[in-house]
Amino acid sequence: MTKEERLKKRHSAEKRFRFYGLASIFVALLFVLILVHNIFSKGSSAFMKTAINVEVFFDQELLEIKNGATEDQILEADFYDITIESLLKVFPAQDLDQENQLIDLFTTDAEIEIKRAFLKNNNLIGKKINLEITASDDIDQLHKGNYPRDLPEDRRRISDFQLIIYDNLVENKKIIKNFNNYFFKNGDSRDPELAGIGGALIGSFYSIIICLLLAFPVAVLASIYLEEFAPKNKITDFIEININNLAAVPSIVYGLLALQILLATIQLPRSTPLVAGITLALMTLPRIIIPCRASLKAVPPSIREGALAVGASKFQSVFHHVVPLALPGTLSGTIIGLAQALGETAPLILIGMVAFVVDIPSTPIDPSSSLPVQVYLWSESAERGFVEKTSATIMMLLSFLIVMNFLAVYLRQKFEKRWN
Amino acid sequence: MNFVLIFLITIFSLSLFFYGRSKTKSISIEKNIKLNALPKFYGYYLVLWCSIPSLVFLLIWTLFEPVIIKSIIIETAANQGAIFNDKNEANLIYEKIKAIYAGTYFGDIDIILKESALSYAKFINLFTNSKIVLIFGIVIASVIYSLKKIKNNNKARDDVEVILKGLLFASSLIAILTTLGIIFSLLFESIKFFSVINIFDYLFGTNWSPQRAFVSDASAITAAEYDELKDAFGFIPLIAGTSFIAFIAMLVAVPIGLFSGIYMAEYASVKIRRISKPIIEILAGIPTVVYGFFAALTVGPFFRQIGENLGLTVSSESALAAGLIMGIMIIPYVSSLSDDVINSVPQSLRDGSYAVGATKSETIKKVVIPAALPGIIGSVLLAVSRAIGETMIVVMAAGLAANLTINPLESTTTITTQIVMILVGDQEFDSPKTQSAFALGLTLFIATLVLNYIAQRAVKKYREKYD
Repeated sequence: MTKEERLKKRHSAEKRFRFYGLASIFVALLFVLILVHNIFSKGSSAFMKTAINVEVFFDQELLEIKNGATEDQILEADFYDITIESLLKVFPAQDLDQENQLIDLFTTDAEIEIKRAFLKNNNLIGKKINLEITASDDIDQLHKGNYPRDLPEDRRRISDFQLIIYDNLVENKKIIKNFNNYFFKNGDSRDPELAGIGGALIGSFYSIIICLLLAFPVAVLASIYLEEFAPKNKITDFIEININNLAAVPSIVYGLLALQILLATIQLPRSTPLVAGITLALMTLPRIIIPCRASLKAVPPSIREGALAVGASKFQSVFHHVVPLALPGTLSGTIIGLAQALGETAPLILIGMVAFVVDIPSTPIDPSSSLPVQVYLWSESAERGFVEKTSATIMMLLSFLIVMNFLAVYLRQKFEKRWN
Repeated sequence: MNFVLIFLITIFSLSLFFYGRSKTKSISIEKNIKLNALPKFYGYYLVLWCSIPSLVFLLIWTLFEPVIIKSIIIETAANQGAIFNDKNEANLIYEKIKAIYAGTYFGDIDIILKESALSYAKFINLFTNSKIVLIFGIVIASVIYSLKKIKNNNKARDDVEVILKGLLFASSLIAILTTLGIIFSLLFESIKFFSVINIFDYLFGTNWSPQRAFVSDASAITAAEYDELKDAFGFIPLIAGTSFIAFIAMLVAVPIGLFSGIYMAEYASVKIRRISKPIIEILAGIPTVVYGFFAALTVGPFFRQIGENLGLTVSSESALAAGLIMGIMIIPYVSSLSDDVINSVPQSLRDGSYAVGATKSETIKKVVIPAALPGIIGSVLLAVSRAIGETMIVVMAAGLAANLTINPLESTTTITTQIVMILVGDQEFDSPKTQSAFALGLTLFIATLVLNYIAQRAVKKYREKYD
């Protein structure tokens, strides 16, 4: 091999090496894109829901209530018969089987939706109005194009007769897409078209607030102690090692801790945001302490010395001068810690937040779910409608995380002083 | 009740602040003496003395009250003739008593439970009343003490600072308490587990199927039952599955992470670095349940489809899918740390290498990486500990059955998956099955602790070398 050939080889090795580096960054970026694209393309349709325009006749004989009925009377009245009557008028059905298939096109909550319309306007007796009744999950998925209709009939959930009705409805422009308020308002449900993340949102909110209230003060005080007051001795070293190790303990271990101490020993109520908040706080604490200490450390000693020189006590120098300067870094570290806690799933599963909870929790000691746990729960469900619901929940979760992370970056860049 | 008490204590403390401040001011004017601290510190002093002892007492009381009442009630119920054989039944009866007390129990109430509910009501009353009395006592005692102190013109600022320093110290102790809590809660159940299952049968058994273990009474197991049991809790398949998936993850994360770390540290311009570094770190910020969903619903079926086209049988819960996605999740852990580590290699080493004519990549391969090796190994070990502790990806995308296999297309299970599977839903406490989850947790805790310890030592030692 001549000198030139060797040099050429070395240079191409250089180029190859550089290419590997660039390629691996590219692969990582590509994956972020694929993931986000995958979630968004699956989930964005969940924000709309399919409804069918139905003409409802409020027959006084069937309803047995009069115009101007009180709320209690309406709530007690039986709307089942007029619901069935109205739904059957959508398309002529030949026999009982076809009638059932027709009714199956609508959500199981059709009766409640009609009742709700009547509650809004109780002068409808004897009148006909057009209502948009939510369609069943199968029709919803079919209309959004998520469901293949070219399968043989015995392998699909929608019968040929239902397809005929569907096509007829589409032709007559009776099928509408409108904003899916159920998704944000409702709690969990076995029916995908009715299931929502309302309960999970509130549950997550309570958990994170409790986590913040517990973890933030303790973390700030602990880092002030360790950074400003702690004498250099064995106890301090031991605490430091402990905090570093705790930050690396797998989150599921905190679930076991909560199960044994909070649920079995202290007997706090299972499946509640209270327990979730405490667990997350214990888990987040070391993860907040580490950035808090870093931001305290970044305040130059001259600040402390200046305060001490004019006669401030150690406490005054720390609390009047160092802590306010370190606050932006502290806050942004806390927000990032909370963002991690918001996405944490495993410990919450162990403390029973996987329970099926329909009601929206009103206090932190009501059983509840949380956003990431809801993702886990729905991803285990077989119904096709839950795939888009899961993806949409992930979209919500990710947007919260993005907002929190931007807030953290903003706080740091806007308010943090650079010392050199 | 507690909220009312906390509210009262807060209001009272706040009013004490103003009282203390104005009182000391007027004392100093009246008696014409110089105060030893600014008046507001006397206020703070009173506030701290009034609130801290009573709130700490309230906290401890609230933590232990239910436990104590429960044990008393179960005992009285037993004395009155309620029959229960084990802890679960006792818990059930206790819940019933509570429901009767709250008036939410529907159904036949037998007379014994009714009696117990009455005594439960009595105890609740007794405890609440004594709590209120004790808290008032504590508040009054500490306020009298502190008032006496400020009348004697104490050095209030110093005293306040001593108390606050104690508070700061107490907060930093919470980390130690958490560690102790983890160790005790894991050990407590694990010891029970290992008193039933021989630790060697657990560590070296090759069969994991805890669902086979129905034992009603864990304390009295016959030899035949034990033969059946010891076969159900073999740890080998779990550690094999865990390491296997972690190994696949490392095959993805180490090359990609390391190369991106090197590129960002050595080649990338400031601009590229400023954009690409945060984007790669997004990967670490995405909740693991999202990766799990992606792995289970997109990657798993995708691999199975490819496998079918190639004529292979690929399980839809293959180790490959879980490992691959986990690897991608871990990329930023490797890349950020190795980026840091490479950045702290002194420039003089590189300059020396360039001076003898090495190209940039040769310098990196022959000089920078060997110099940074301990730090890089440390970051890889940290990533491994992340991988074995990761839960949601494997719960959603890896299998549930414990297969001892090295075929990445088959499904395997991991330690964390088994913990979740055992503890989800209704658990019977005191069964070896439930306890085995804590034994697994203990094993996991020790494994990650050891890995982290070694990794941190490696990184620290490396840093010291070049500082």
